[in-house]
Amino acid sequence: MAKITGAQMIIKCLKEEGVEVIFGYPGGKVIPLYDALFDSDIKHILVRHEQGAAHAADGYARVTGKTGVCIATSGPGATNLVTGIANAYMDSIPMVAITGQVSRAQIGTDAFQEADITGIVAPVTKHDYLVKDVRELPKVIKEAFKVASTGRPGPVLIDIPLDVTTDLIDENFKVEINLPGYKPTIKGNLKQVKQAAKRIAESKKPVIFAGGGIISSGASDVLKKFVKIAKIPVITSLLGMGSFPEDNQLSLSMAGMHGTKYANLTFTEADLIVAIGVRFDDRVTGKLSEFAPNAEIIHIDIDPAEIGKNVKVLIPIVGDAKIVLTDLKNEYENYIEKKGIPDRKDWLTRIKYLKNAYPLKYDRNSSKIKPAYVIEKIYELTGGDAIICTEVGQNQMWAAQFYKFTQPRTLVSSGGLGTMGFGLPAAIGAKIGRPDKTVIDIAGDGSIQMVSQELSTAVTNKINIKIMLLNNGYLGMVRQWQEFFFKRRYSQTCIHNCVDFVKLVEAYGGVGISVKKKEEVEGAIKEALGINNVVLVDFWIDKEENVYPMVAPGSPISEMLESEMLEGV
Amino acid sequence: MGHIISVLVENKAGVLAKISGLFSRRGFNIESLAVGPTDDEKISRITLEVNAEEHSIEQIIKQLYKLINVIKIQELNPSNIVERELVLIKLSADSKARPEILEIVNVFRANIVDVARKSLMVEITGNSTKVRALEDLLRPFGILELVRTGKIACSRGSKD
Ligand SMILES: Cc1ncc(C[n+]2csc(CCOP(=O)(O)OP(=O)(O)O)c2C)c(N)n1
Ligand SMILES: [Mg+2]
Repeated sequence: MAKITGAQMIIKCLKEEGVEVIFGYPGGKVIPLYDALFDSDIKHILVRHEQGAAHAADGYARVTGKTGVCIATSGPGATNLVTGIANAYMDSIPMVAITGQVSRAQIGTDAFQEADITGIVAPVTKHDYLVKDVRELPKVIKEAFKVASTGRPGPVLIDIPLDVTTDLIDENFKVEINLPGYKPTIKGNLKQVKQAAKRIAESKKPVIFAGGGIISSGASDVLKKFVKIAKIPVITSLLGMGSFPEDNQLSLSMAGMHGTKYANLTFTEADLIVAIGVRFDDRVTGKLSEFAPNAEIIHIDIDPAEIGKNVKVLIPIVGDAKIVLTDLKNEYENYIEKKGIPDRKDWLTRIKYLKNAYPLKYDRNSSKIKPAYVIEKIYELTGGDAIICTEVGQNQMWAAQFYKFTQPRTLVSSGGLGTMGFGLPAAIGAKIGRPDKTVIDIAGDGSIQMVSQELSTAVTNKINIKIMLLNNGYLGMVRQWQEFFFKRRYSQTCIHNCVDFVKLVEAYGGVGISVKKKEEVEGAIKEALGINNVVLVDFWIDKEENVYPMVAPGSPISEMLESEMLEGV
Repeated sequence: MGHIISVLVENKAGVLAKISGLFSRRGFNIESLAVGPTDDEKISRITLEVNAEEHSIEQIIKQLYKLINVIKIQELNPSNIVERELVLIKLSADSKARPEILEIVNVFRANIVDVARKSLMVEITGNSTKVRALEDLLRPFGILELVRTGKIACSRGSKD
């Protein structure tokens, strides 16, 4: 049988897993791997920093549903991946990260560029492997993709010593995978599902709380069907945005710290929450002891550890969101067929009232460029059909509030870890995954500077993403907290005029557009969307604009700060 | 509250570190730990004793299940188990003290496993109450060194 190197085997296995693109950065311990890649038709995107590789793989995974793959060398290459891996872990994104390692005999000797990367990432990966024998490679790679992409998805790291990549192995060598401890529960317990259907039908004031689990399991269509039958309003988490169309009258958009007031009030008034693929993060629940005081909770999640973690649950259902929701829809239909359709008129009237009474708002008449205005224009001019990536901070919240997400996998945002610098590389990955789509990074001036070198990755690879920079000259979200809770003492949050972003993107070969007047906003967005290159539009927005409404940390979500209270607008 | 948790894992490098990491990141100290292969050498049993609130233990067990190499977890009910630890106690013991020590050791059905001119070594197996009682009685003679294994435990056969 023909022999190949470990490195060639890795590429062969990646091909077998259907990998089409890898985001990475070479170095001493992965030269053989990159040499094998040289002969392969797998596309490789050379980033400018390994964090960018992990985020790009993450963005690619979020928009395609496939497993994102990134590669880094040992030591600093591997440690540079860590933020991106942790980010994917917190948001349950399927990813396989491959790192080079020093040769087996050198492990544990503090060899040049050695880092105990499996030890470092253990708490932020679903699983990790250190490959000690070339014959383990086929099995490990197969297992890694299986673990990353099934159950509750997440990142898996494979650490491969240099000499394992140069050892020889039979081309067709195979070992069956063996994961005796890994059996995710997919099908929900039907008895519980029946109980849930009954409880939902009996509820006077039910609300659905839809999370990222709906998107990762592809349950959006079933959710829509169920809602149509059951007439229940839907609140989403940040990661759940797009799982239910926001232009539907039963959509209450996002709840939580910067959610809509009507979503938060709906939670507070509801007598039943049907939570699907969400984990009741503290940014959603606010003060936990006062969260949804009148509601019982049905919690559907593929990860049993999420159920009962933060809130008390009446009916737990462990299983895949799509499969459980399909069963639930059927059981619900059976139930109401026998017992009649529940009367939800009062509740739906109340929901309608709340939506009308507490809309999201901003000062539309201001002559300054309001960030909400920019986002609304982006929504209009893209017909709501773009993929929106965000950075972290106010920009992220404005994007979530004012862009209407109507399809799954169209919002790419760092929810759990809140990683500044995620948006730009994630947009690169998203555009590679969905070249047919307009991909926009709604950026902040602070965040983008954490990764601005990736502009080079985008331009050189002709990944024509559009960056809409909401430039307020501040680390705005932190400044907002300082304004509200620290007597306007803006300690270390002012970054006014620190760089000319237009020149910066031009230096990389992209196009920069500066927008300093409200009248120019629309034209600039149109222009940017029409240019066949990477474009950064630098919007000089109202510097001290705040994100409203806001739940102060430690407060119940029913108590929201609003612009009128604080600014008399 | 002390909880005894018995975990079956794949016998592989790094598994123990991951398990102990789940405890340490929550600030829980592992009071006692014993690891060894089962009748199937590919599978090891880890027996842990931890002090933690009921709710935290539940959450930790769920998190333990998420580790890919963990096969099975049991929280053992202290009233229905056989629990053992083994302790070696090196005592300073001249010829005058020996008869009294021997008497105590006999009562506890412990063993003398080493005798030197100025010291003795006692071996005892039993549950922690028994071991502690012996330790207390021997302390006045002067304990030079005490080595204990982690606790192991096995649930009793069903009575029906
Ligand atoms: C890597 C990282 N460091 C620090 C923070 C804390 N943080 C959250 S928002 C924010 C400000 C973000 O500033 P910018 O990107 O300009 O966005 P803006 O809020 O102004 O829209 C900071 C510093 C973070 N989330 N991530
Ligand atoms: Mg800013």
